[in-house]
Amino acid sequence: MNPAIAIRQASKQFGSLRAVDCVDLEIAQGEFFALLGPNGAGKTTLINLLSGLSRPDSGRLAIMGFDVSREYRKARRSVGVVPQELVFDPFFTVREVLEVQSGYFGISDNAAWIDEILARLDLSSKADTNMRALSGGMKRRVLVAQALVHKPPVIILDEPTAGVDVELRQALWEFIKSLNASGHTIVLTTHYLEEAEALCNRIAMLKAGKIVALDTTSNLLKSCKVRHVKLQISPDSLPDALLPGFIGKESGYHVLKLDEFAELESMLETIRASGARITDMVLPHPDLEAVFVEIMRKQ
Amino acid sequence: MKGFYSLLYKEVVRFWKVGFQTVLSPLLSTMLYLLIFSHVLGDHVEAFPGVPYVSFLIPGLAMMALLQNAFANSSSSLIQSKITGNIIFLLLSPVSYPEIFLAYVLASTIRGVLVGSGIFLITLWAVDIPLKFPLWALVFALLGSFILGAIGIVAGIWAEKFDQLASFQNFIILPLTFLSGVFYSIHSLPPFWQEVSHLNPFFYLIDGFRYGFFGVSDISPYFSLLVVSICLAAVSLITLGLLKSGYKLRN
Repeated sequence: MNPAIAIRQASKQFGSLRAVDCVDLEIAQGEFFALLGPNGAGKTTLINLLSGLSRPDSGRLAIMGFDVSREYRKARRSVGVVPQELVFDPFFTVREVLEVQSGYFGISDNAAWIDEILARLDLSSKADTNMRALSGGMKRRVLVAQALVHKPPVIILDEPTAGVDVELRQALWEFIKSLNASGHTIVLTTHYLEEAEALCNRIAMLKAGKIVALDTTSNLLKSCKVRHVKLQISPDSLPDALLPGFIGKESGYHVLKLDEFAELESMLETIRASGARITDMVLPHPDLEAVFVEIMRKQ
Repeated sequence: MKGFYSLLYKEVVRFWKVGFQTVLSPLLSTMLYLLIFSHVLGDHVEAFPGVPYVSFLIPGLAMMALLQNAFANSSSSLIQSKITGNIIFLLLSPVSYPEIFLAYVLASTIRGVLVGSGIFLITLWAVDIPLKFPLWALVFALLGSFILGAIGIVAGIWAEKFDQLASFQNFIILPLTFLSGVFYSIHSLPPFWQEVSHLNPFFYLIDGFRYGFFGVSDISPYFSLLVVSICLAAVSLITLGLLKSGYKLRN
């Protein structure tokens, strides 16, 4: 089975800026994949290379086995892209936009699917409204609908929830999750790392055009060496021996740095030896944000 | 071909939705030209023997409006799409570059012919204009629309701002149309300017188009057809080359 996305040694330079630098990446069909990185890391450029909006200086990119340059028609039929920018055609209504977009992909009678997308994105009541009259959130929904008109097996969402309200965000992810469950491959970029952590099974992190981390979400979370322990003690005074690891106080808890779990035992022993009593202890799991910050710092 | 039809449909609906600006407004301005020039020059000029000046003027004005509107359609649509960013919906699609070329050119042709024939039809009730060889008139109308529609694509791709497009229109398209014999027969010009006029491809379009009406022209319509066909081929190749390369469209 062809991978949903295969990128081999792709590079793209803009002037002196190497936006994408020898990237190798393979995303299997059915994955829910996140492409993370700080602003300017090369995420959107990589998406543009995949969707044909930009052309690579070197390397090869394929979608569902179709080369994006040589077999661009088949490749583009296999992918739906939700762009980051809020762009729209001011001459048309929502339904007209979706009908024209269906036509671009060679689909003649797409009314049933268009109605379904409109309903799933809560746009049915706006179907005959001109694009100019829609709010920003509504326009964002239409962008998602446009990417889905041709039922592409691969869906790329470039920061789809930037600046949208919670209600739409939840509705959108429910819809996208159901598409993923029915076999669509989802690739998303987002700055909301909790979204990526909750939704994606695998994550690539980019920095300065290079992939600096690529693993399953659970492995990335496990890899995080920066851990903390939160202790509530009585009397509320930390022994001097633990002060080097003290990070701060948070809601009555002393937050202490924990490089390894083995340190925990000696830490508790030190507290007991000082005559203090531990009244509560929280060992929070590292989240993706902590992993992200650690990886970006290391590189 | 479905992609081509969809883009053609979109482009036609786009200009039709703003028909006051894209169809009625050029009709009105052309009628004003006709009114003013026919009153001022009507009794003083006879461009072709036995042809009243106002009759001579109407095909020229119709062709001028046709050319300008064909250019305006593709160029304004493209630059608007580029500036607002919605061009990406087309660029993300599998519509091929020859389909994009044909759709924009045909939409321009529809608008150009609509405006041109509108002028002809409005003036029919007031002025007696013969239509001796309608096929010749139709051929030159279509070729003119194709050429200007294609040039409009080039301008729309090249321009990054509206004022760049306006410069293209005001410094290239407008002088070429005004100095192509819309208002006069080039035989009324001094020999030097007659020679210069022969370098203007728009002259052949208007002269050939006029031949369709009066059966009289400054030069052979066959020669005009040859020149215009060569121009169309050249402009089409340039436009297709730009679309294929993704110049200013795909990074």
